[in-house]
Amino acid sequence: MTHLSMIPAIAESHNVFLGFDFSNPWVLLGLKLAAVMVFFLTAPLGVGYAEHKILAHMQARLGPMEAGRFHGWAQLIADGVKFIQKEDIVPSAADKAVFVIAPAMVLVPAIMLFVVLPLGPNGFWVENMDLGLFFALAISSISVIGMLAAGWASANKFSLIGAIRGAAQLIAYELPLVLAGAAVAMQAGTLSLPGIVEAQQNYWFVFPQIFGFGLFVTASLAELSRPPFDMPIADSEIIFGHMTEYTGIKFAFFLLAEYAGIVALSILAVVLYLGGWQGLPFINFIPGPLWTLAKVGALAFFIIWLRATYPRLREDQLQKMAWKYMIPIALVNILLTGIFKVVF
Amino acid sequence: MAIEKKELEPVQPTRKEQMLARFKEIEKKIAEKKVIGPAYGLAKGLSITLKTMTRRAVTQQYPHEVPDLPPRTRGVIALKEENCTVCMLCSRECPDWCIYIDSHKEQVPPKTPGARPRTRNMLDRFAIDFSLCMYCGICVEVCPFDALFWSPHFEYSETDINNLIHEMPTLAEWVNHVKPPPPLDEGAQPEPEADKEAKVFEAGGAVAAAPAASGAPAGTATTPAREAAPGPAAAGSAESTPAGEASAPAEAEAAAAKAEAPAEAKHDEGPVEIDEETYQAELAAGKPERVARAMAKKAFVIKRRKQG
Repeated sequence: MTHLSMIPAIAESHNVFLGFDFSNPWVLLGLKLAAVMVFFLTAPLGVGYAEHKILAHMQARLGPMEAGRFHGWAQLIADGVKFIQKEDIVPSAADKAVFVIAPAMVLVPAIMLFVVLPLGPNGFWVENMDLGLFFALAISSISVIGMLAAGWASANKFSLIGAIRGAAQLIAYELPLVLAGAAVAMQAGTLSLPGIVEAQQNYWFVFPQIFGFGLFVTASLAELSRPPFDMPIADSEIIFGHMTEYTGIKFAFFLLAEYAGIVALSILAVVLYLGGWQGLPFINFIPGPLWTLAKVGALAFFIIWLRATYPRLREDQLQKMAWKYMIPIALVNILLTGIFKVVF
Repeated sequence: MAIEKKELEPVQPTRKEQMLARFKEIEKKIAEKKVIGPAYGLAKGLSITLKTMTRRAVTQQYPHEVPDLPPRTRGVIALKEENCTVCMLCSRECPDWCIYIDSHKEQVPPKTPGARPRTRNMLDRFAIDFSLCMYCGICVEVCPFDALFWSPHFEYSETDINNLIHEMPTLAEWVNHVKPPPPLDEGAQPEPEADKEAKVFEAGGAVAAAPAASGAPAGTATTPAREAAPGPAAAGSAESTPAGEASAPAEAEAAAAKAEAPAEAKHDEGPVEIDEETYQAELAAGKPERVARAMAKKAFVIKRRKQG
């Protein structure tokens, strides 16, 4: 049994941020907020650009090549500038207040998620909560309310269908996600995310929890409405789901939340299963945060790879997969984890 | 019906059907193995996208590099001025009326001393208004003398719509962009025209005389696109042969008047003589000597064709 107080690096880490000890709490708070915002605004852009390029090359194309001269590296910045310039249209039949606030309801939880995610040892996280895993999984499911609000307020049937689909999908996939995460928490003996990473010192949890890892990645794909689980925004059937009526910067917020979600859930999967900042035993000179980022990059690549490869599932296939297969497997996984935990 | 069906011979499966059957068998085998069944397909899909990613992209970055266009690309219509006889067919067939042609007539001294001087149309202006043109290609299709071509050139946008009227020098310059047609696929049927050219070429000595006698405009019916053709004359004459060949006599007349030599070269050997009987009959009917002689020549050709 690992307990939080048994790990010295975590126990003393309340004033430590990014490896430095801060005595002034306000400076510390400001720095932490700035760090979250900077990471939130850059990492999704990196993933977005990688998606442009990887998707293109997987389809024998080149992707963006012009913006910023060198292989279109500034494409997403240019996109952002374009989104800001666009006309901000609110449909006349829309429920205006809800319509305006919905993108924020999707965006804010995506930012808050980064508060608990640890990138490296010695305070490379903003807050080390005792209930970190619980917080992360709870906050990530708030976005569905924003989605429903957006779909309902748009006064558009495609938006509404998309929102309802999104709600059904998130309810269905929240369960296997939480159950898979619960098994990890049982094995680690803590809900604190840095604590879970520390618990993987000897071996990564992906090995004992291989089914859990599969469930977690699949469920987070569905959670993010990423292909092949993108029925809520299925552009060939329902235009763009809950985002149909959104333009300009509000639309950009939805996209930003989606890519931030990829980063966040990849970090979460890395923390829970792939040993977080723990490197391979022979390569000790690489600092922890780089290990995390490399693993997150690999996972994000995998998510993009899946998008390039698989067609979208049908809505009923999606529900069937969650309720008939993934949730029972997740329950059995918890049961087995519990038995092993007690026996060994 | 059922009995008849039994009597029918079993149809031999085509190659494609055989392949499909084999694929189905493989898929069945994979599907039978319950665990790897779906996993096999999923992994195969992933491997295909990953393989594609490691290969070079096929994109040609157009403004930075010249795109590799197929030889028959329909970019713009080019004019080979020497081939134009001012027959006005293109201009009349154009659905948009976007081809402007001006010409004047000139007297050409006769070939044999003492003969009547000939008049010939001289091209003064040939312009295409590409702001009207809808790129249907009918003009290229109808041109009987291979004066109009599809050129792969496509970079001729203008900032003023008036500048889209392109005159002869520009149109002629675009001919330089025309590429020779690609070779036929293996096992494809030979091009019908190419086949005809070969026949004309085989006819031997008569062919050599053909271009001179055919009165082909400007003497050269060269097609820049058809470099493989046996010679300029052969190409020119082959164009006009089919009409004569399909002859009801009335059509034969037109063909003979237009290009009698090729028709002759195709079917007969030796020079065309005058059918004395017809000649006298036509003269007696009060026709001018020139017409009588033409009719007599035609009659001779028809007669000889009937004989052999």
